[in-house]
Amino acid sequence: MENVDSINTGEEKGEEKVNYLTNGFSVKSWLLTKDHKRIAIMYLISVSVFFVLGGIYAGLIRLELLTPASDLLESGSYNKVFTQHGVIMVFFYLIPAIPAVLGNFLLPIMIGAKDLAFPRINLLSLYIYWVGGSLTLFALMQGGVDTGWTFYTPYSTTFSNSFVMLVGLGVFINGFSSILTGLNFIVTTHTMRAPGMTWFRLPLFVWAQYATSLVMILGTPVVAITILLLAVERLTQTGIFDPALGGDPILFQHLFWFYSHPAVYIMILPSMGVISELISNFSRKKIFGYEFIAFSSIAIAVFGFLVWGHHMFVSGQSIYAGLVFSFLTMVVAVPSAIKVFNWTATMYKGSISYDTPMLYAIGFLGLFLIGGLTGLFLGSVGLTVHVTDTYFVVAHFHYVMVGGTVLGYLGGIHYWWPKMTGKMYSEFWGRISAMLVFIGFNLTFFPQFILGYQGMPRRYAAYPEEFQVLNIFSTAGASVLGIGMILPVIYLVGSLINGKSAGPNPWLLPGLEWRTSSPPPTFNFEKTPVVTWEAYSFGEDSGLDIEEARRESTVSPTA
Amino acid sequence: MQDTSWVPLFPEGASSFAWEVDALYFYLIAVSAFFAIIVVAAVFYFFIKYREREKFATPPEIHGSIPLELFWSFVPFVISMTIFLGGAIVYYNQYKIPEDTMEIFVVGKQWMWKVQHGTGQREINELHVPVGRKVKLTMTTEDVLHDFYIPAFRTKADVVPGRYTSLWFEATKPGKYRLFCAEYCGLNHSGMGGWVYVMEQRDFDNWLAGNLSNQTPVQQGQDLFTNKLGCASCHAGGQNQRGAILEGIFGKEVKLVGGQTVIADEEYIRNSILNPAGQVVEGYQPIMPTFKGQVTEEQLVALVAYIKSLSGQSGTTAAPMTPATDGTTAAPANTAGAGK
Ligand code: HEC
Ligand code: HEM
Ligand SMILES: [Cu+2]
Ligand SMILES: [Cu+2]
Repeated sequence: MENVDSINTGEEKGEEKVNYLTNGFSVKSWLLTKDHKRIAIMYLISVSVFFVLGGIYAGLIRLELLTPASDLLESGSYNKVFTQHGVIMVFFYLIPAIPAVLGNFLLPIMIGAKDLAFPRINLLSLYIYWVGGSLTLFALMQGGVDTGWTFYTPYSTTFSNSFVMLVGLGVFINGFSSILTGLNFIVTTHTMRAPGMTWFRLPLFVWAQYATSLVMILGTPVVAITILLLAVERLTQTGIFDPALGGDPILFQHLFWFYSHPAVYIMILPSMGVISELISNFSRKKIFGYEFIAFSSIAIAVFGFLVWGHHMFVSGQSIYAGLVFSFLTMVVAVPSAIKVFNWTATMYKGSISYDTPMLYAIGFLGLFLIGGLTGLFLGSVGLTVHVTDTYFVVAHFHYVMVGGTVLGYLGGIHYWWPKMTGKMYSEFWGRISAMLVFIGFNLTFFPQFILGYQGMPRRYAAYPEEFQVLNIFSTAGASVLGIGMILPVIYLVGSLINGKSAGPNPWLLPGLEWRTSSPPPTFNFEKTPVVTWEAYSFGEDSGLDIEEARRESTVSPTA
Repeated sequence: MQDTSWVPLFPEGASSFAWEVDALYFYLIAVSAFFAIIVVAAVFYFFIKYREREKFATPPEIHGSIPLELFWSFVPFVISMTIFLGGAIVYYNQYKIPEDTMEIFVVGKQWMWKVQHGTGQREINELHVPVGRKVKLTMTTEDVLHDFYIPAFRTKADVVPGRYTSLWFEATKPGKYRLFCAEYCGLNHSGMGGWVYVMEQRDFDNWLAGNLSNQTPVQQGQDLFTNKLGCASCHAGGQNQRGAILEGIFGKEVKLVGGQTVIADEEYIRNSILNPAGQVVEGYQPIMPTFKGQVTEEQLVALVAYIKSLSGQSGTTAAPMTPATDGTTAAPANTAGAGK
């Protein structure tokens, strides 16, 4: 491994090496591909479409809430807008984003494999996602849905006359996409690691994907069954959830949160994996407490299944159930805290670069810290009785899901963009956008904590006047946030046209993904790599030629 | 109790446990600030102190430290347990219904709150209560989930179709406070709110007197029981009656066919009326017909109140202390500015 390029040359075709992007240009070569990298790119595009759509809905919500009266949208439309914002963001962006895009692209490369264990199933899961997504979009065009993304009964089964069934079907189908992806990742991690790639040499991103996959295959079937039961009740009037028919509406909440609490970990764990990569690599330091970070992911995945009742503290469940769920929630908070401390400690004595991905990672730390800490507020029963179902909850989960997941995703996209496309984006604009996102985000969501404590309930199209000032701040922040999010679209796409060539390893990092060309060849490596170094070792034992790289970097910065 | 009126952007608290919730909140803010400052300071310090000084440097490898890991697992764990305990105590105070409450019935309905006092007064989207009295709300809904939320009292509870949930508070300050529906319930969810008026006892009595109603829930229930629904034909025949004896059962154990026992609470009585075959009392034939679909939630509330009264549980302790002299007394001049 003296020469970084020695293990990664693709097949020669004339002068140019063939990489996964240039290996076939027909539409068919994309739609029928078995290459995990192409599938990842197709996911990237699809997920971005949903993200933009969800973002437009978010914009509408914030505009409506600029004034106390429901003037821009009347309540009926507002209810549909926030529901569709939630459904799209949760099921079609947050859940698939990091696993299906970054995980798909990188997991095989990071463990030194040619592809995932089941490439065809991988393609199938993309098609399932498309079918589920299209159905949902179709439902939105027909008139949409107004139940909230939580589909609480009996409103969703008996009272709402919006397109609950169609959206439910879309979400149901989409669930199978998660299950298949999870299955694929687990099998791949178990069976396809390159020689020398022991479990404790796996990058933490892979551990995080693995933990996420566990949750996906254990949890998603439950939400599938729940939606199925909902459909049965709606169509056949069998009493399952509706008390008028002899059912129990609280049962729905139990089933829904039994999936959806773990689902919040499906959303955050992959992002935590990205952050581990970013902080370690951009500090050029071995991650602090590797085992603790790895096992805390698994602990979160397992214990995450025991705390669903903390979403139901005021639903009428017994006081004692409430106490038990509160206790368990406090316990689950600890592994997240451990991660934060380890990330911080990783920076100690590092050589920290201020490149865009690292800025996103620092942003993540700040926002996730607030998100996690306010999770403690919500886990403390006596307090949550007051703030549940208010803007406090809205702020909390945006701090974790936007501050956590979206920032992790954006950080990851910036970090691996040179690998995925072979191009460098504008570092200047990257930093600007990272900072705009951070500032805009805080301006949008911090006031909502205060609003929540003051008692402003969530899902309100109109609100009392005393809440207006803080809502104006929030809407102003959302505009800044919006600009911060639109910028990357522009300069990343721009980089495809006029970006500088990235070279295989622009930051001289030890991970396997950096030891193949950018973009990688179809089978990732020319020869199967043999791993002889520990994860995150930046020294000589990693086989990186630091002297050489340094000499070259003084000649041309991105050689 | 403590005064929080000086804290900017802080909502008024007006119930006996509001200060406990606020105290918990301040404790959590303190804990959060403590951790946030440590982490943010460390991140910034490292970020600046250890910034990249030379390209592709290889700083020293540090694998980790078990003592440190144990330390920062243990400390957050202990602190999180204090948060749990604090929350548990406050929660218990919020949700454990005390004895000797004044009971008020609340029925949610898309998109309004219907309130009925023990003395029969009804209100819509308003709730008048006396200051310094423990008030218990027994709540249900005619359609979907709702949630009865009074931010100033720092409490709320979902209202669930098909069952009773309850909420209690003791207001500490006369005034006018917002009432919200906090559980999404469809089209006009954000319009489903109103005001809670907390009044001095005297003003409250005047208010009750000025809003005299014809029937208390107990009377109304009695009327339904004997005349309108014909329960009496089975339940009021003395020793030979075909139906179970209802006198004195409230709050007691009832033996069911099959050997189980249940406590006869509001929920049980409600179920006995809607689904008698579900829980049959030992020693009786399951002949009682179901009344599902024939009684409204409000009538059910009245029936329950009546059956409770047969056990000496009136649930109507709110009888005016100063008897209404005549029905035409001028509107009460209460300090709260209750608009009526
Ligand atoms: C046809 C006769 C009949 C009528 C009419 C009837 N009941 Fe009953 N009821 C019974 C019998 C028999 C039982 C005991 C068996 C059972 O639990 O179903 C009973 C049980 C009950 C119980 C449970 C008592 C316990 O000791 O646990 C309640 C409460 C009750 N009835 C209320 C009502 C009310 C209110 C009505 C009118 C709306 C009503 N019943 C009408 C026959 C009747
Ligand atoms: C780690 C990533 C996390 C994610 C992705 C996340 C996400 C969410 C989401 C989406 C909700 C709102 C659900 C809804 O009602 O629509 C929520 C609520 C909640 N979260 Fe988190 N959360 C995270 C971390 C935490 C932590 C660390 C805690 C506790 C220590 C916590 C405690 C809670 C509680 C108790 C609620 C319920 C609030 C209520 O409805 O009263 N969360 N979270
Ligand atoms: Cu949760
Ligand atoms: Cu509502």
